[in-house]
Amino acid sequence: MKTAKVRRLEIATDPIAQYVRMVEIRQFEEQINALFAAGLVRGSTHLCQGQEALDVGLASVLRATDAVLATYRGHGVALALGLTPESVLGEIMGKTNGCCGGVGGSMHMCDMSVGLLPTSAIVGAGIPIAAGAALAFQTQGNDNVAVAVFGDGATNIGAFHEGLNLAAIWKLPVIFICDNNVYGEYSRIQTTTPIEDLHMRAESYNMPHFSVDGMDILAVQKGVTEAVDRARKGGGPTLIEAKTYRFAGHSRSDPGLYRPEGEVEEWQKRDPLKVTEEALISRNILTRESIEKIKSDMQETLQAVIATCVAAPEPTLASIFENIWTPTKAAK
Amino acid sequence: MAIMRFRQAIATALADEMRTDSRVMIFGEDVAVAEGPFKTSEGLLQEFGSLRVRDTPISEMAFTGAAVGAAIMGMKPVVEIMFMEFLGVALDQLVTEAAKLRYLSNGTLSVPIVVRASCGSGLGFGNQHSQTLENWVAATPGLKVIHLSDAQSAYSLMRAAIQDPDPVMVLEPRALYGERGEVDTSLEMQIGQARVIRAGSAITIVSLGQLVNVCKSAIEESGIDAELIDLATIVPWDRETVLKSVKKTGRLVVIEEAPESGGWGSEIVATATAELFASLKGAPFRITTPDAPVPYSGVLETRFLPTQDDIIRQLTHAIATGEKPKTWWQIEGLKK
Repeated sequence: MKTAKVRRLEIATDPIAQYVRMVEIRQFEEQINALFAAGLVRGSTHLCQGQEALDVGLASVLRATDAVLATYRGHGVALALGLTPESVLGEIMGKTNGCCGGVGGSMHMCDMSVGLLPTSAIVGAGIPIAAGAALAFQTQGNDNVAVAVFGDGATNIGAFHEGLNLAAIWKLPVIFICDNNVYGEYSRIQTTTPIEDLHMRAESYNMPHFSVDGMDILAVQKGVTEAVDRARKGGGPTLIEAKTYRFAGHSRSDPGLYRPEGEVEEWQKRDPLKVTEEALISRNILTRESIEKIKSDMQETLQAVIATCVAAPEPTLASIFENIWTPTKAAK
Repeated sequence: MAIMRFRQAIATALADEMRTDSRVMIFGEDVAVAEGPFKTSEGLLQEFGSLRVRDTPISEMAFTGAAVGAAIMGMKPVVEIMFMEFLGVALDQLVTEAAKLRYLSNGTLSVPIVVRASCGSGLGFGNQHSQTLENWVAATPGLKVIHLSDAQSAYSLMRAAIQDPDPVMVLEPRALYGERGEVDTSLEMQIGQARVIRAGSAITIVSLGQLVNVCKSAIEESGIDAELIDLATIVPWDRETVLKSVKKTGRLVVIEEAPESGGWGSEIVATATAELFASLKGAPFRITTPDAPVPYSGVLETRFLPTQDDIIRQLTHAIATGEKPKTWWQIEGLKK
């Protein structure tokens, strides 16, 4: 099996590999939904269909030594950065082959070998932590960058404003990426936020900011590259607003009935997979047939992953007590 | 008497208080249009309108603080923290502001807010959405802390909390929202008063929240003649009821959904031991979760919470020997 590091490198430059990863994320999330319905996944889960271009576009620009802070809607980021479908699904199913050994669950993805710090279930929590990761890089004098990915709702929480301000005054090498998927939990962003363009909030921190079309991987890559280049050269932080859409509801229990009729369909016209397919076909990189093949191969791959995870062992009771403290004399 | 789900009992209590007292208002994330992520504010927006029932941004610090200001100036806000962990970003407003302002005004103002939060494990939400965290708030003079255990206490204690002139934190076990129970809407309960769920003579069990049900079934299953007390209020806790019972039975176990270290039950055990030392037949002890984060895996999470079987084992041992039973993790050799 490929390691996360190898999988991460695969999507660095190859547009086909990037597309395949987007298909992987899409089908993975669809399978999670089905596994939930079948009772093989418990608790809650927050799916990211519609946001594949952002996840893969971002991951393709970063290095394994960069640090990424993401959220409970994190399966896509994790897969994009290289975590294997098995380690992500194993975790979601609470099995020992999961990236957290089965004790974290759907909201908590982590793999330090590709720079994915544990994703948080608390809105906004990763923003100051990303600033802190960038503080370490700045102090160490390397050119790594930190990235915080968070939703539109997080821009109303204190950690966002405090984190951006701190990053700005210290010129930290951090990129703040607001994934504006229109809804914070069940509330439309316009009902909770008095401005349309969330990236404008960086104005008050004298920080560069712009929006990108989050449904278009090329637009995401261009925007993130600009911000990452600036950060690596000591130019400080950037706030990027990626305009995306959450095709699923907020979580398992939310069918998204609050969305106006036709809105999902309107956004689906700009489905990031479709946008990428059209671009690749027009550049003669892929054909309709090769796309179908990619999709059916992926179905097969994921079915095998599901079988592996179903068969994987449950964690033992001893794992309850592991990894709480670093093993020292005092921790025993 | 009506049969209601736990969540409906909460919504009914909120509605009844809003009808009775025009100062009562509620706000929080998705509590208005969506009627609450757990449907605990069903029908409120429709009946009371958008001035008194408001959705907020995801901004716990802002809306908890706003509740404090509104309360001082004549309103009675009830705010909802969707998951208890989200109180973390608003803790200052509750613990360091709301709970201190009466004291800091020489008694000239009061802060009648209710902060409701869903809490607890058992549903596979992972460790950042499954804690009870009573100990974040319990050592805060000026703040009262309630933990609900069934539809009746949800109704009656919610009303008492709203009527209270001081800040009250109400913990709602998330696993119970869908459970049905009888509710007598004319039954009043007082903050600070424990409920004797079952009288008995062999041992006093003090518990609260979702574990009251587990204690009940352990008693039924084992036939142990235990006296079961639902503490209901953690601050100020009902010393009189608990000590009276322990004096009668001579034995005490506190059963808590919280890590072994630093739980509210330590206070009960310490007090009973000091006050009733001479009349004890056995060592007072606690049954808790281990000192570990709540694990996600279903296999682990089920074992993590005190189970019916483990409670029966420990009760039986304590009654037979007078000694503190071992924890399951001691028996398994996993931890001292």
